[in-house]
Amino acid sequence: MNRITSTLLLRLALIGVILLIFTAGFAFAAGWLSPHRLTPADIVDSLQTNSGVHPGFRRAHAKGLCIEGTFQANGNGAALSKAQLFMPGEVPVIGRFSTGGGQPYAPDGRLVFHAIALSLTQANGEKWRMALDDTPIFVVATPLAFRDLQLATAPDIATGKPDPARAADFLAHHPETRAFMDWIREAPLPSSFANGTYYSINSFRFTNAAGETRHVRWSLVPETPFEALDKSKLADLPPDFLFVDVVRRLRQGPLRWHMMITVAQPGDPLNDATKAWPADRPHVDVGTLTINRAEPEEIGPCRNITFDPLILPSGMSPSDDPLLPARSGVYAVSLTRRDGEPVDPSAASKNPETRRGAP
Amino acid sequence: MKPVVTQFPLALRLVHWLMAVLVIAMLFIGIGMVSTVSEMRTWLIDLHKPLGILILCLAALRVCLRLTGRTPPLPDDLPIWQKAAAHASHLVLYALLFALPLVGWTMLSAGGYPIALFGAVHLPPLGPVDPMLFAFLRRAHTLLALLLFLTILAHLGAALFHAWIRRDGVFHSMVPWR
Repeated sequence: MNRITSTLLLRLALIGVILLIFTAGFAFAAGWLSPHRLTPADIVDSLQTNSGVHPGFRRAHAKGLCIEGTFQANGNGAALSKAQLFMPGEVPVIGRFSTGGGQPYAPDGRLVFHAIALSLTQANGEKWRMALDDTPIFVVATPLAFRDLQLATAPDIATGKPDPARAADFLAHHPETRAFMDWIREAPLPSSFANGTYYSINSFRFTNAAGETRHVRWSLVPETPFEALDKSKLADLPPDFLFVDVVRRLRQGPLRWHMMITVAQPGDPLNDATKAWPADRPHVDVGTLTINRAEPEEIGPCRNITFDPLILPSGMSPSDDPLLPARSGVYAVSLTRRDGEPVDPSAASKNPETRRGAP
Repeated sequence: MKPVVTQFPLALRLVHWLMAVLVIAMLFIGIGMVSTVSEMRTWLIDLHKPLGILILCLAALRVCLRLTGRTPPLPDDLPIWQKAAAHASHLVLYALLFALPLVGWTMLSAGGYPIALFGAVHLPPLGPVDPMLFAFLRRAHTLLALLLFLTILAHLGAALFHAWIRRDGVFHSMVPWR
């Protein structure tokens, strides 16, 4: 081989190496070289393993009802966040009541939590989206633990029921989940969507006009007086009683909640949703959420909204809670999957009572 | 007789290399941000949107520069299939530089996402809220991005082939120096 040919071959090889490095870098960024990297799709897959695939539905909180109303700010929130919607005044709200779990036809009497999701639109077009549960703490602290919990409580292929040994094994490895289990067992269950208190689960950063940033959580505290369900008789309740109940109530008149912002004090856990903050933390009542209308999901305005908790107006930003980016990514994957599927109404909107009753 | 130009206009060469850096960064950011649930996801997405709009603006500027400036011819001895491949791949590159930001913007609109650039600065939706459209565009955005990566890979390979194997001045026509 003469020198010219070998020089050319060397250069060709160099080109090949450059292209290979470029491709390998891209593959690394994509996670193709790291099969253990937890992706949003992995978590959605685990939800589907747990609850089955129900085309057209959200992969979590599948059974729901659209709601509409307003948020009336009293101005107190402006001390915490410069978000426009905290200035005294009113913004429109589109939302959704749902029960936990990924099954759109499950009866409401399963011992699952109630949830409310909201999308508030400021006059300047910015949106504040949130998905709140009626539990002040979450079941796990990290995305990986959430995925593992879904798999540990999935129905066993042989028996069709979750394997208690796997659930026990999960609990043994996740002592942080006990606080949530205790809460679910001990706390009284609200009799209605209307009289539940809903919590932001994660903490967030609020920044006011002076540039001061504080960590906060928030809750929606109902004006409707609390009534508890008898947990021993849940199985006897009609399958859609929660949704029928709230539609009946809305026919009588609007339902209201106060938005209470809780400010963290030094030492409070800011990135761990399994830990509650002490009850004596200052709460600021920043305004009133009024819900005055419910609509079945397939004709209502909420079906195409993803209640991604990282859609925040300026004046709010995420905390370091590792669940937040995961929620955002998982909701996006769920939206992509369900949006490409044909829509069928959930049991909540198939019930003639909720269809007829939408005011 | 006009002298034959051997290089693209300086402005176009500078925009080319600026876009090369931005577009490659964008591909890595995009494929990375959807593959993770870590906190990197949040700031990568916050970077992805304004960068996409910047690339869209630069692509428009680039087309203006390309249409108004003089283009050096490909070497006469270049095989006809390689000339055809060069022209076709350039068309695909230009098309994708527009398509990806526009598909991304329309996709976020169809999914009901606000199109936040920075702070309170938002872009208007580029289309209706439409679930089927969102699902289609979301997948299209990924496929077009992978096509763009492969086209850039071919472009880079061809550029180096001209620079080191053929040494025919084609690579020199785009370098930022004289």
